[in-house]
This record gives sequence, C-alpha cells and structure tokens, in this order.
Amino acid sequence: MDTAHGVWPMIDVRLKKSFPSLSLDVTFQAPVDGITALFGRNGAGKSSVVSAIAGALKPDAGRIAIGEREFFNSASGVNLAVEQRRVGYVFQDSRLFPHLSVGANLTYGLKRYRGVPKIEATAAIELLGLDHLLARRPHTLSGGERQRVAIGRAILAQPSLLLMDEPLAALDPPRKAELLPYIELIREKLGLPVIYISHDFNEVMRLADHLVVMDRGLVARHGPLIELASDPEIGPLIGRFEAGTVLNAVISDHDAASELSALSFAGGDIRVPRIKAAIGTRMRIRIRARDVALALSEPPDISVSNRLRGEISAMTHREGPFMDVTVSVGGVGIRALVTTESMKRLGLQKGLSVWVLFKAVALDSRSVGFTRRDRAISSEQ
Amino acid sequence: MLLFAPLSSLSLFPGPPQFLSLSLIAGISLLPSPAELEALLLSLKVALVASFVSLLPAICIAWLLVRSQIRGKIFLNVLVHAPLVLPAVVIGYFLLLGFGVHGPIGSVLEDVFGIRLVFTTAGAMLASAVMSFPLMVRAIRLSLEVVDPGLEFAARSLGASRFDAFLSITLPLMLPGVLAGFIMGFAASLGEFGATITFASNVAGETRTLPLAIYTALQTPDGEQIAMRLVMFSSILAILALVISEVAEQWTRRMVFGR
Repeated sequence: MDTAHGVWPMIDVRLKKSFPSLSLDVTFQAPVDGITALFGRNGAGKSSVVSAIAGALKPDAGRIAIGEREFFNSASGVNLAVEQRRVGYVFQDSRLFPHLSVGANLTYGLKRYRGVPKIEATAAIELLGLDHLLARRPHTLSGGERQRVAIGRAILAQPSLLLMDEPLAALDPPRKAELLPYIELIREKLGLPVIYISHDFNEVMRLADHLVVMDRGLVARHGPLIELASDPEIGPLIGRFEAGTVLNAVISDHDAASELSALSFAGGDIRVPRIKAAIGTRMRIRIRARDVALALSEPPDISVSNRLRGEISAMTHREGPFMDVTVSVGGVGIRALVTTESMKRLGLQKGLSVWVLFKAVALDSRSVGFTRRDRAISSEQ
Repeated sequence: MLLFAPLSSLSLFPGPPQFLSLSLIAGISLLPSPAELEALLLSLKVALVASFVSLLPAICIAWLLVRSQIRGKIFLNVLVHAPLVLPAVVIGYFLLLGFGVHGPIGSVLEDVFGIRLVFTTAGAMLASAVMSFPLMVRAIRLSLEVVDPGLEFAARSLGASRFDAFLSITLPLMLPGVLAGFIMGFAASLGEFGATITFASNVAGETRTLPLAIYTALQTPDGEQIAMRLVMFSSILAILALVISEVAEQWTRRMVFGR
C-alpha cells in the first residue's frame, strides 16, 4: 500500500474485437488499488470488455493483464481458461446455485482454491452480514441479500480481481442504498482490485476511484475520477443533468441540534445532512452542476445553507439555453449549470467574483460517500 | 441376475395368497404360472439393465446435442431418434446386421469376448436399450436445456473446470429430468417387442419378455387366459412406472430447488 507513486501494478486492458454491429477497440490502464468504474451507455461495449477480462470472449487481438499476470496476449498466444484466471465475477442476476444453500454457495470457490486463503469464510460472512442466511436457499432471499451472497462467493474464491457487472441494476432504489456500503467495505477492507461496470453515474461517483468512460466501443476518457468527473468534456457522455463536481473533504463537525455535518475542503465548509462517521473521516462529495446557483453578492434572506465565494475560471456554452460555468473556490473548481439568459442578466464573465450557492438538501446520501485515503493517481503513469 | 434368480422359483410362494385367487374377470386367476412369472421377472431385469446401461450415453448425447458446438448435430439427432420413427422390426434387422453372429460387431464380440447377443438376454437388453434410447435422451435433453449456461460460467469463474462445473452444477440441476428419462426408458423397455423378437428372437427364459410372452400366448390354443393375465401385469407395471416417474421427479425437484 505504501508503494512509491507510479510503480503500482496496473490493470492493463488492450483489446480489439469486431462484432457485426460494434467494433470494439479498448485500451486502458488502471491502478490495481481501488475501484475502476467502466461507465457508458447500454451498448457501449462494457459487457464485452468484462467478458473478455473474465475469459468468456476471446478478443481478436490485444493483451489483458493484472500486474505481471497475463490473462490474454495475442502476441505470445497466452489465453488462460476462465477457471485459471480466478476473476471474481459478480453478475447482475447474481447467478447463485439454486440447489445449494447460501453456505455452500459461499464456499464453492473457496473449496476449489489450492493455497492458503487470504479471505476466510468467517471474515467474509461477517463483513457482508450473511450469518443468519447460511442455511437458506437462494430463492428465499431478497434481491439485495442475493447480491451480498454473490459478492461473498466471489471474494471467497480468492480472486486476483473482482469484476462487478452492474451488480445493483436489478435492485430497487432502497436495496441499492442498502448494498452500496458493502461494496465500499470491500474496497476498504480487502485491497482487491475491482472493475465496476455501470451505466448509473450516481453509483460511479459514489464508488469509483478511477473512471473509464466508454462510448460506441471506444474508450472516450479514462483517469482518476476526481479529475474526470469535473471535466466539462465528459458532460455529453453522462448526460447534461448528471454532470457536476466531485471533491474530497474531511468531516470537521457534527451539529446535533441541526442534524447537519460540516465537511471541510480547501475552499471552505460544506454542510450536508448528518453523516454517520467520525470527525476526520475523508468523504467524497458530488455536487451536480444543475443544483448549483450563482449570485453576485451573498444573498441575505435565502434558505440555501451552502454559500462559497469564488472566481469564475471557465465558461462553456452547452447545447440549448445552457452555460456551464466553473467557479474556482479556494483552487477547487465547482461547476454550475445556468441559463444563457441568467448569464447575460448577471453579466457573468471569466474572472468575476461570485457566490456559489447549493442546498444541503441536494447533497443526500447518494451524493456523499466514503473515500479511500486520498491518492492522486495520474492517468499518465 | 443373482437378485432375480431366487425369485424366479415358485418355491418362495408356498401357497397362493388369498387375494391372488380372487377373480378379476370371470374365470381368470391372478396367480401367475412359473412360466409367466419368469417372463415378468425377465422383463424387469431386461428393462432395468437396458435403462442403466443407456443412462450415461444418453446424458453424453444430450450434452452433445445441447451444449457442444460439434458439426453434424443434425445427423446425430436423426440417428438417435431413428428408433422412434422406424418400424421396430427394421431396427431389429439392423441390429442383426451389426450385432448378429456374422455382423461386424457381433463377430468381434463373439470371437474376442465370447459374448453372443442373438438368442440371449443380453441381446434383448440391447434391443430394448436402443428402442428406448430416444425417449431417454429427449427427457434428459429437455432438462439440460433449462439449466442456465450462465450458472456453469459462474462456476468456472469460481475456479471449477468445465467437467467439475458439469458435475457439481449442471448435473444436479438436471437430475429431475435424468430421473424422468430413466423411468421413461425403463417403461418403454418393458413394452419393447418388435426389435427384440427380430434380433434376440423368442426364447423362453432368455428373451421372452412380457410382450413376447403375450404374443406367444395368443398364438397358443386356449392361451387367452394367460394372455389376459400377462396383459394385466404389463399394464400395472407400465402405470406404476409412470406414477413413480411423476412422484420421483417432483421429489428430486424439491430436493434440488427446495420448492
């Protein structure tokens, strides 16, 4: 974990594959540390990339490796069988074995592992809260429980990489919210590289450390999430209303009376609904550009609880009546989506000093998540 | 063989139990003669061995037809299903050509292993196995088709080899169908007539199973009572097999899926 910057083993994915309707040409490197999100619309080719990594799909050419370990290399003819890759695969539809109990499902891969397991069954069962489910059959479980068992089964197979293929897509919002902390726990406790596939930008923002954005079979962008999420160019790929700012902050105060927590970052304090974590915990906050308003002076009589002073650093015109304005607050860019009409009315321009306003209410649990100890990983390494 | 040998002697039945002497239809006793009992037990033996021997090949063929990417699947499918559509006598004749004393396989079996199929119980078993094979394959194949290949892939991603995944995941999940296939095969073997009489002939105690015994009885003057009794045994056995198949399938389904 203390490896010097730049020499972490990498997930190396380079592959080409032609389909009748899609031509896949994907190249990305990601650190083995943390969660790499593979994001893109349906049909962007995410699933094919995951299949190729797992060994279900043979690329026409390329190389797939985790650190030194090559799964596939068309140049040297390496192509490991699925079972030799030891990729923990968490499927959207969980794929628990219906004839086995939860306990037997969990240990299916563990039994087939020759070596000293790094993750013991008892540890995984405790981590995922599966203790009371062990004797049950999969069909008696709820969707969320099923996915927890699937995650436990995958990590107990002692994988070198965890592939999560839209693990939350089949769940309703409350179940999603229930499962997210478990995935964060996996990232925190196991130090296992995770490739997380999703078409839901909220999930990606909440979980990912590294982002690979796919579009029509190609990698549109890839790099550390914090850098990419605020990149205006990524907007069209994730949808105008999902674009925004992601920043790291530390819990600096809990106010019991107002039930709010304060999060400090370089540009000041942000107040959010109370977070159940200790002061000093690093958090990740996502502020959607559409939730941010701009004012020329600090409005005295307004309910909005987050007001930060900054300077406009960039302005980009978007499709339709929209302007994408980036305001530098203590050196951190916060994006706001305003109408062109507002821009003209206020006379917004680069260098102008403005107040950035956003409601604490807009920062719900979906927008605030735990983050690993801060690691600025450059995409250039 | 050993299982059935003591049973085939009537000495086990010291006197006719009361219910057996009841007349079902006026004048017909339900008590089988030694010859009839012999036919009954032989039928059970032939059908059991034929079904057991067919089981593994049937599972393999079903797998090839459903999961493999081999060429010539249609040819294999047609070959397996031929006994369903061809006259049984034709199948018996083909068996004679292949497994007869002068046939390419039959002569090797006889010369090298000293096994003769014509006129023997083993021959009756082969004829029954071939005739009931398509039914068995069909039932097993249907059960394999509903097993999600995604589960096999999941098993392999967890470190199981292809064969391990088949044994630990696919086979248990298709067990109800395998069981149904086995019992279907068994029931069909009990009724096999045409191929058996053509290939293995009609030898009392060797190849004269229930259907052949019924046929023989009908050919004999005053054999109607015997025929009627054998027909009843035959029907009871067939219906029993179907009921057991149904119950067993539901039972395994509950075992496998817990519902």
